[in-house]
Amino acid sequence: MIFQIIIFLVLMVAGYLIGSYLERRHYRSIIQREAQYRNVVAVASRQLPDDGAEYTQRLVTGNVTVSVDYFKRFLATLHNIFGGRITSYESLLDRARREAILRMKAEAAALKSPLVLNVKYETASVYKGSGNGIGSVEVLAYGTAMIPKASNHGV
Amino acid sequence: MAERPGSEFMLISNLEVIPDRRVVKHLGLVQGSSVRAKHVGRDIMASIKNLFGGELVGYTELLSESREEAMERLTAQATAVGANAVLNVRFSTSSVAQGAAEIYVYGTAVILE
Repeated sequence: MIFQIIIFLVLMVAGYLIGSYLERRHYRSIIQREAQYRNVVAVASRQLPDDGAEYTQRLVTGNVTVSVDYFKRFLATLHNIFGGRITSYESLLDRARREAILRMKAEAAALKSPLVLNVKYETASVYKGSGNGIGSVEVLAYGTAMIPKASNHGV
Repeated sequence: MAERPGSEFMLISNLEVIPDRRVVKHLGLVQGSSVRAKHVGRDIMASIKNLFGGELVGYTELLSESREEAMERLTAQATAVGANAVLNVRFSTSSVAQGAAEIYVYGTAVILE
């Protein structure tokens, strides 16, 4: 019994410290890369702006699987009792969506595409933790990269 | 997923209408699916990482590999019906068991002029 409590506390503390360190590091990297890929525009629109340029199309995707730590999962269980916003899961999904979009934009940037049309998200809970709580989520972002024909000679 | 083998002439897009190109013929729905699981070592690694949070690289790889395989099957089917493009492509994911996921890709095979 005492042994179980000790394991629980160790996991809580380790989960909190390592988990929040990883989250802060991830957010720093997201913000930095969002600035880097600002010139790639990703929109949900299906219409091409009428600028007269000719494009070729290519499907681009970005996916990521992110997991919550033990401490946040425990917090979410508590929230489930009292209701209200579960901020720990909100930040998990926010990170996953932004990361997926960034990976998609990186693929588009590698194709020298300035524009990604018809962006769609797909979210799936891939790994259930113990009980019914979400262990981790996978987010896929995909869209059609418009590659200007002039820069297409090298490809 | 940028360079898929055998897809050099197959235009795959999730747009319904490709700007400046007319659809000559519709050939119906084509699809590709793939169910994959990782070996136990990866699953154990993932459950450890699940305690501390962060990205589960093994699962990210697993899902993008199976998505690539599903896309290859979609492309093969589209080639078989004589299409040169697949439009309005959608992805769908469902987890069929612990540590395994089904990836499903579908779209409309067409001939563009």
